[in-house]
Amino acid sequence: MTFQEERPIFLQLAEQLEDGILSGAYPEGSQVPSITEYSVTYKINPATALKGINLLVDTGLLYKKRGLGMFVAEGAKEKLKAGRREKFLADYIEKLVREAKNLGLGASELSEMIKRGFEDVD
Amino acid sequence: MSIEIKNITKCFGDVCALDDVTLSFGGEKIYGLLGNNGAGKSTLLGILTDLLHPTGGTVTVDGEAVSNNDTALGKVFLVAEQNLFPEDMSVKKAFGAAQIFSAAFDRAYAEKLAAKFGLNTKKKIKSLSTGYASIFRLIIGLSVNTPYLLLDEPVLGLDAQHRDMFYRLLLEKYAEKPCTIVISTHLIAEAAELIEHAVIIRDGRIIRDCPSSELTASAYSVSGPAGLVDSYLEGKHILTSNTLGGLKTACVQGQSDALPAGLEFSGVKLQDYFISLMEEEDRK
Repeated sequence: MTFQEERPIFLQLAEQLEDGILSGAYPEGSQVPSITEYSVTYKINPATALKGINLLVDTGLLYKKRGLGMFVAEGAKEKLKAGRREKFLADYIEKLVREAKNLGLGASELSEMIKRGFEDVD
Repeated sequence: MSIEIKNITKCFGDVCALDDVTLSFGGEKIYGLLGNNGAGKSTLLGILTDLLHPTGGTVTVDGEAVSNNDTALGKVFLVAEQNLFPEDMSVKKAFGAAQIFSAAFDRAYAEKLAAKFGLNTKKKIKSLSTGYASIFRLIIGLSVNTPYLLLDEPVLGLDAQHRDMFYRLLLEKYAEKPCTIVISTHLIAEAAELIEHAVIIRDGRIIRDCPSSELTASAYSVSGPAGLVDSYLEGKHILTSNTLGGLKTACVQGQSDALPAGLEFSGVKLQDYFISLMEEEDRK
C-alpha cells in the first residue's frame, strides 16, 4: 500500500485495515499486525499507527487481548458492510451522478452503463 | 524527564547562530528539528551535548546542567557529522571502545547491524567511504541505548536503500526500547511521518514548536480557476500561491470553510507547510 498525499495517514491505515477485514485478509477472530509492524513497514510514527488502529477498536471492529495484541471481532465483517452501505450513497453515488452531469449523461444513460458494469465486473 | 533548553543564545563573533532558544525534548517522543541549512540546528545539538558553550542560557538533562557533567552527558548521545573515534581504529575496535565508554552500548546488536548494512568491521574508520562512515556513526547511535538520541542530518550520504533500512531500524529500536529521539534534517518529506513533534528553526529562532499533526492541520490548499480562487481568498491568510495558466493553487493558513463549487480542497504535507512558511518568512 502507498499512502495518498492529501489525507491523514491514520485514516488511510484504518481504511486499509477495514478493507482487509472485508476482503477476508484478516478473518474474524484472527490477529492483525501490531503497532510496531505497521510503524516499521510503513515508516510511520507508532503513535500514528495506534491512532489508526484505535479507530477500529472504538467502533468495536477490533478488540485487544492483553499481552497478545489486536484481534478482529466476531461480526466485524457484517458491521463494516452495513456501515459502508450507509455511506455508499454519499461516497459513490453522489460523486457518480455529479460526474455524469458534468459529462452531460442523463439518468437513463447512466443506469444503462451501470447495468453494463454489472455484466463486466465479476 | 527531559532535556530543557532555556534562553540559549550562541554568537560566533557578531554572528548570532541561536537567539534566545527555549525548548524541551522528552516524553519518549520522536522530534523533528527542521530548518534550512544554516538555521542553527547543528549549533543547538552541539550545545545540548556540551561540545559548544552557549553565550547565554542553560541546558539541563533530567534536571542536571550538562556543562561539564558526565552524568547528564551520559544520557545523551549525538550522531553528528564528525567521527568521535581515532581514524586509525578499526570498526570492530571502535565497537569495543564504545562498550567501555557507555555501559548500555549493545555490541552484539552493533555487529548485527554492521552485517545487515554490509559494513566490513575489519576496515579502519579512515578508509570507509562517505556513506559507510555515516552508517558506522548511525550504528553506534542505534546501539548506544541512551535515554536521549540526537541525530544530526542522519541520512546524509546514504543511498536510497540504506536510508530506508535506517528509518525502519530506528522505528524497530524505538518500539523495543522507547527513548526520546531528535532528528535534525532539512530532508523533511522523508522523515515527516516518523516525527510526532516538529520544531521549526529559522535564523537561530524557533518559529514553530508543536505536534506535527497540528502544523499540517493548520493549513490547507485550494485550487481551481484563478478568478474563483482569487475571490475565495479575499481576507484569508495566504501562505503561498502559484498560477499555472488559468489554474491557481494557494496554500492558506487556518481551517478550511465550505468551499464554493468548482474549487478543490486538499490537505498539506509537513514539507509543503514548511516550504510555505519559509516563503512567507522570506517576504517579511
